Amino acid sequence: MDFELMINSFPKLLSAATITLKLLSVSLIIGLFIGLLFAILRLNKNIFLNKFAYGYSYLFRGTPLLVQIFIIYFGLGQIEYLRTTFLWVILKEPYWCAIIAFALNTGAYTSEILRSAFQTIKPGFIEAGKSLGISSRIIFYKIQIPIAIRQSLPAYGNEIILMMKGTSLASTVTIMDLTGVAKYIISTTFRPVEVFIVAGGIYLFMTFVIHNIIKYLEKKYSFT
Amino acid sequence: MELLAFGDTGWGDELFYATLMTIAVAITAMFIGFFFALIFTPLKLSKNKFLNLIANSYTTVIRGVPELLVIYLFFFGGSAAIMFVASIFGYGEYIEINAFMTGAFSIGIISGAYSTEVFRGAIQSIDKGQFEAANVLGLNKFGKFFKIILPQTLRLAIPNLSNVWQITLKDTSLISVTGLVEIMRQSYVAAGSTRDPLFFYSCAAVLYLLLTFLSMKLINRLEVRYSRGY
Repeated sequence: MDFELMINSFPKLLSAATITLKLLSVSLIIGLFIGLLFAILRLNKNIFLNKFAYGYSYLFRGTPLLVQIFIIYFGLGQIEYLRTTFLWVILKEPYWCAIIAFALNTGAYTSEILRSAFQTIKPGFIEAGKSLGISSRIIFYKIQIPIAIRQSLPAYGNEIILMMKGTSLASTVTIMDLTGVAKYIISTTFRPVEVFIVAGGIYLFMTFVIHNIIKYLEKKYSFT
Repeated sequence: MELLAFGDTGWGDELFYATLMTIAVAITAMFIGFFFALIFTPLKLSKNKFLNLIANSYTTVIRGVPELLVIYLFFFGGSAAIMFVASIFGYGEYIEINAFMTGAFSIGIISGAYSTEVFRGAIQSIDKGQFEAANVLGLNKFGKFFKIILPQTLRLAIPNLSNVWQITLKDTSLISVTGLVEIMRQSYVAAGSTRDPLFFYSCAAVLYLLLTFLSMKLINRLEVRYSRGY
């Protein structure tokens, strides 16, 4: 055990962890909007919109995240037309490519979580709203969405942790996140075990914090 | 389409063999995972606090740390560990372990953590009466496990194991970083030499979709088989 290396690499890995957290939070926020949008599309009676939303979630849940990042980072740059538009400003940055891939990926999973949450809302809640003469728009915003969010908290907590692990793939497109820096230190010092303990410890700590925040929210918003 | 021709002119046969490699790694990893689950599930269910702690730290660490980091640990650490053991026996040469074994083993350890949780949940949800009934019938330990507990566990575990299989299958894409020629690595090579990454990574996506789709079909049939009588 090389304790000196562990102590020396700790600050480097810790500052890399902030990049991991940044990637995670930005993609989760965008992903939540995508997920909500597609969950609503899934519940739509229009068969075309419905199938489109289903196809989206099937595509992103059936392929590895690594393929999605590579298609966006390496693949899209190949389209000549894209290089002339303003989108190129975003797509030439690996950071944004990673975020787009993560957001689309977590959006697909989130849409499934929210969809099942919407479907398990008891019809009585909606009927109660209707009999009080509340418009269906208000019922949606004030009754269905809050209940759905509460219902999906446990599953969404798992999704956040899975996504946090997913951000490690950003290191494959040259971003120096926690895994990227860990790999760099491993390949320069050939001390995989020590670096794994420190980097893995930081990841576990983040998992632990996220897990407890979700547990707290679950308790706070439980209505039983 | 020319790019996908079989033979020397296209990448069709290369991608086909790469797909077989992905399937081989995923299945090997899944079985290594079952092996780990077989060890750790009893530890998880045991009444001994210390054994519980061992099993819990295995599943917590593996499920809380990115797969890529675990793969790097075994990729860089695997041959070092074996060389260390070999050096004790006076063998000082460089040893490189097979990329297939490194990959299958690291994905297997990850898959094992998920399988352990699945089996634990399934065994715990079996009615207590079933254990008691088996005791009353005078079955010995093996009979009890293989004839009463295991069939019921499998029925409950198959839907969740199918999720583990999907995760394992998709995780195999990560071992392309070790240089093993599976779908992802082959697409990377093909994309590099033809300068057509969009096409080849899309091919990879389609191949993975095909694999997940076909395996879902197979698992559904398995599920029906094990649910006979319910």
